[in-house]
Amino acid sequence: MALVLTEEQVMLKESAAGLLAEKAGVAQLRALRDADDALGFAPDVWRDIAGMGWPGIAIPESYGGLGYGYIGLGLVLEQAGRHLSPVPLQSTVLLGATLLNALGSEAQKQALLAPLAAGELHVTLALQEGPLHAPEDTALKAEADGAGYRLHGSKCLVLDALAAQQFVVIARTSGEPGDSAGLTAFLVPADAAGLTVERRSLVDARGVGALQLDAVQVPADAVLGDVDGAWDGLSRSLDIAYIGLAAELLGIASEAFERTVGYLKERKQFGKVIGSFQGLQHRAAELFAELELSRSLVLKALQAIDADDPQLPVLASAAKAKLCEVAQRATNEGIQMHGGIGMTDEYDIGFFIKRARVAQHCFGDYNYHLDRFARLSGF
Amino acid sequence: MSDLEKFRADTRAWLEENCPPAMREPVRGFDDLYMGGRNPEVDHPDQQVWCQRMAERGWTVPHWPREYGGGGLNKEEAKILQQEMARIGARRPLESFGISMLGPALLKFGTEAQKQEHLPPICRGEIRWCQGYSEPNAGSDLASLQTRAEDRGDHYLINGQKVWTSYADKADWIFCLVRTDNSGSKHEGISFVLFDMASEGVTTRPIKLISGSSPFCETFFDNVRAEKRNLVGEEGKGWAIAKYLLTHEREMISGFGTAPKKSLGSVAVETYGADASGRLRNGILRHTIAQYQLDALAFGATMSRVGDEAKAGQGLGAASSIFKYYGTELNKRRNELNLAIGGEPALGWDGDVYEGGATSRDWLRSKGNSIEGGTSEVQLNIIAKRVLGLPD
Ligand SMILES: Cc1cc2nc3c(=O)[nH]c(=O)nc-3n(C[C@H](O)[C@H](O)[C@H](O)COP(=O)(O)OP(=O)(O)OC[C@H]3O[C@@H](n4cnc5c(N)ncnc54)[C@H](O)[C@@H]3O)c2cc1C
Ligand SMILES: Cc1cc2nc3c(=O)[nH]c(=O)nc-3n(C[C@H](O)[C@H](O)[C@H](O)COP(=O)(O)OP(=O)(O)OC[C@H]3O[C@@H](n4cnc5c(N)ncnc54)[C@H](O)[C@@H]3O)c2cc1C
Repeated sequence: MALVLTEEQVMLKESAAGLLAEKAGVAQLRALRDADDALGFAPDVWRDIAGMGWPGIAIPESYGGLGYGYIGLGLVLEQAGRHLSPVPLQSTVLLGATLLNALGSEAQKQALLAPLAAGELHVTLALQEGPLHAPEDTALKAEADGAGYRLHGSKCLVLDALAAQQFVVIARTSGEPGDSAGLTAFLVPADAAGLTVERRSLVDARGVGALQLDAVQVPADAVLGDVDGAWDGLSRSLDIAYIGLAAELLGIASEAFERTVGYLKERKQFGKVIGSFQGLQHRAAELFAELELSRSLVLKALQAIDADDPQLPVLASAAKAKLCEVAQRATNEGIQMHGGIGMTDEYDIGFFIKRARVAQHCFGDYNYHLDRFARLSGF
Repeated sequence: MSDLEKFRADTRAWLEENCPPAMREPVRGFDDLYMGGRNPEVDHPDQQVWCQRMAERGWTVPHWPREYGGGGLNKEEAKILQQEMARIGARRPLESFGISMLGPALLKFGTEAQKQEHLPPICRGEIRWCQGYSEPNAGSDLASLQTRAEDRGDHYLINGQKVWTSYADKADWIFCLVRTDNSGSKHEGISFVLFDMASEGVTTRPIKLISGSSPFCETFFDNVRAEKRNLVGEEGKGWAIAKYLLTHEREMISGFGTAPKKSLGSVAVETYGADASGRLRNGILRHTIAQYQLDALAFGATMSRVGDEAKAGQGLGAASSIFKYYGTELNKRRNELNLAIGGEPALGWDGDVYEGGATSRDWLRSKGNSIEGGTSEVQLNIIAKRVLGLPD
C-alpha cells in the first residue's frame, strides 16, 4: 500500500487538528488539572467529538460507526497527541471499541457498539495488575459460580476508570500466571456489587484509576468471546492499542519538537539566536530525521491493521518501541533546549514530557516492545 | 592508637550518642533537606536538633576554619567523619548555598570582617542565602547581565531583575551580580555584592517547577540599598569571583551523579524477575542499566582520581571540567531508569500509593540539573574551547 494519505484522510486530520486545538488543547488539560477534575475530561467536549463521529471512527458502518478504519483513528490520535487532548479516545475508542469488535458476540456488538459510536457509552480495559505491562501474567481470578462467574482481584492503570460504564476485565479462568491460555474477558458494569473504582493520579493529570474486585458476580453472558480463549482477540486488540499509542506519541514528539525549534529561532543569547549554535542545530536536525522515520513506521503499522497484515504484531512493537525512544528524546531535548523556562510549570513544554512518559509506559514501554520486536523477528 | 584512630573512635561514639534516629533515615527528595535560615522549613523537629548539635562542633562545615564556625578538620579527619556518618546513615545536618557556594568565595576573596560577619551564621544554619546571577536576558550569557548598581557614597542603589533565583522567597540574604559600570567589555564592570533580602525594595514572585514545587523565583530590585562594606572584592571585578563560585556550584551539582546505594540492577530484578542464572529477565533493560552502572562506576573513579591527584599536589586536572556535564547527564539517566524500572507506581503524582509521587517528581527535577549552574552545552563549549583549544 502506498504510504500516503488519501484526500479524505487529510481532511479528517485537519478537522481533528482544528477541533482539538480549540476545545481540547494544553490549556484545557491545564485547567482540568488545576481544578483537580476527577473525570479528567470535559463531557461537553466529548459530545462535540461524538458529533464528529470519532468515537465510531474505526467501528464498521454496520454497527453504527464511520468505518474509516484505523488509519483514521491513528490520525485523530496523532492530533490528540499534538494537543495533549484530555479526551477518552484511548480508553473508549482505541481499546473499548476494538475489544468489543474483536471479542464480542453478534448480540454484544449490536447492543454496545452503536451507543459507543454515538459517544454515549464509555468502555475501558482493565488489564494491568503489577507495575508493568505483562498481559500473560494476569492473575485476577474468575471462578464459575452457578450460572455465572465470580471475580476476585485488582487492576491498575485503568484509563478513564471514573468515566467508564463498563469495564472489559481480563481474568484468569484456568492455567497459571504466565500462560496466555486460560484468560477470559468479562464485561463488568461500573455499578457491580463488590467493585470499587478508585481514582489515581499520575504525572500526566489524565483520568485513570484502579479497580478492586471482591467477589463480583457476573452472569454467563458477561463473557466476551470464549471462556479461556480471550488471548487471540486480546492480543490483536493490544497490537492495535500499541500502534494507537505510537500515533499519539508521534503527535506529542512532533509538537514538542516544533515548539522547540520555534524557540531556537526566537531566544537570543551571546547576541544571536540560540538556533545559530551548531551544537543545537545538529541535535535538532537529528531529531528531525528520527521523526521522519517515526512517521513512516506509524503509518505502515496503521495500514497493517486495516489490511489484516500477518506482520501486525512485529510492526506494532516496532512502532511502539520506536516512538517511545523518539518521544523520550524529543521531550528531553525540549526541556533542555528551552533552558530555565523549560523547567517551569507556567510554560507548556513540561506537559509534553509528562504525558509522553505515561503514554510510553501504557501497554508496554520501550524495553518491553524492543524485546518483543526481537522475539517476533526470530532472535 | 594513632591520632586518626582515636579521632575515628571518638567520632563514632559521639555520632552514636547524638544523631537522632529520624536523622538516620534516608532523605526523601529535594524538599526533605534542611536548609536553615531565619524562618526554617522544618519537616521534623530533629532536623533542628541535629543541625544545632553538629554546628556546636563545627561539623555542619567540617573543613572550614574553626574561627569562622567550621570544624577545622584536615582532609583525613573530614573523610573519617564522612565515613562514620555514612556508617549509620546519618544525614548531612545542613544543606545550603552558603556552604556550597558563597562560603568558598568569601574564604578566597572576602575581607576578614566579611568572613567574621557572614561565615559563622552560615555554619550555624541561621542565615540562608540565595544566588542572584541569572536574568531574563542573561542566562548562558551571564556576563550580559544588566541589574544596575549606582554608587551613592557609602552604599549602592540597586535596580533590576533576576530570574530563576532558587529559594529567593525563603532566603535571608542574597549574593548578587550587579553592573557598576557599562563602559567596558561585558565581563568588566560586574560587581559581587551581598544584601539582606528583607531590605526595602526587594520583591519575589515564586515560580512553580514542572515537579510541582516552587523553589525558584523572579526577583525584583527597586531602589534596594546595599552597603559598600558588603561589596566582595573590588568594584567592577566581580566576574572572577562569580566564576570561582560557579566552580563550587558545579562541583555540588555534579555530586548528584554518584551512584545510588542500592544498585538499579538489583531493584530491577525485584520488579522484572530474573532467569535461572540470575540475569534480569528483560535483556534490553539489562543492557541499559549495565551501561549506566558502568558509567557511574567510572565517573566515581574519575572524581576520586582527580581528588587524589589534587591532594598529591598535582593541581586540579583537566578531567574536572567534565564533572558538571557528566554528573548531571548521569543523574538524568538514573532518573529515567527509575521510571522504567518502577513502572506504573513510579509515574504516580499524588496519593499514598505513590508516596506522593516521589519518583516522578525527582525525575522531573533532575531535568534541571543540566540547566542550572551552567547548561550542559555551556560545559561542553568550555571543554572544547578551554581544554581542547578549539577556536570559536
Ligand atoms: C567515500 C567517499 C567518496 C567521495 N566521493 C566524492 C565524489 O564522488 N566527488 C567529490 O567531489 N567528492 C567526494 N568525496 C569527498 C567528500 O565530499 C568530502 O570528503 C567531504 O565533503 C568532506 O570534505 P573534506 O574531506 O575536505 O573534510 P572537511 O570538510 O575538512 O571536514 C573534516 C571534518 O569536519 C567536519 N566539518 C566540516 N565542516 C563542518 C561544519 N560546518 N560543521 C560541522 N562539522 C564540519 C566534517 O564533517 C568532517 O568530520 C568523497 C569522500 C568519501 C569519503
Ligand atoms: C532548577 C534551576 C535552578 C536555578 N537556580 C538558579 C539560582 O539560584 N540563581 C541563578 O542565578 N540562576 C539559577 N538558575 C538559572 C540557570 O543558571 C540558567 O537557567 C542557565 O544558566 C541557563 O540560562 P537560560 O535559562 O537563560 O537558558 P538559555 O541560556 O537561554 O539557554 C537555552 C538553551 O540554549 C543553549 N545555549 C545557550 N548558549 C549556547 C551556546 N553558546 N552553545 C550551545 N548552546 C547554547 C543552552 O544550553 C540551552 O539548552 C536555575 C535554573 C534551574 C533550571
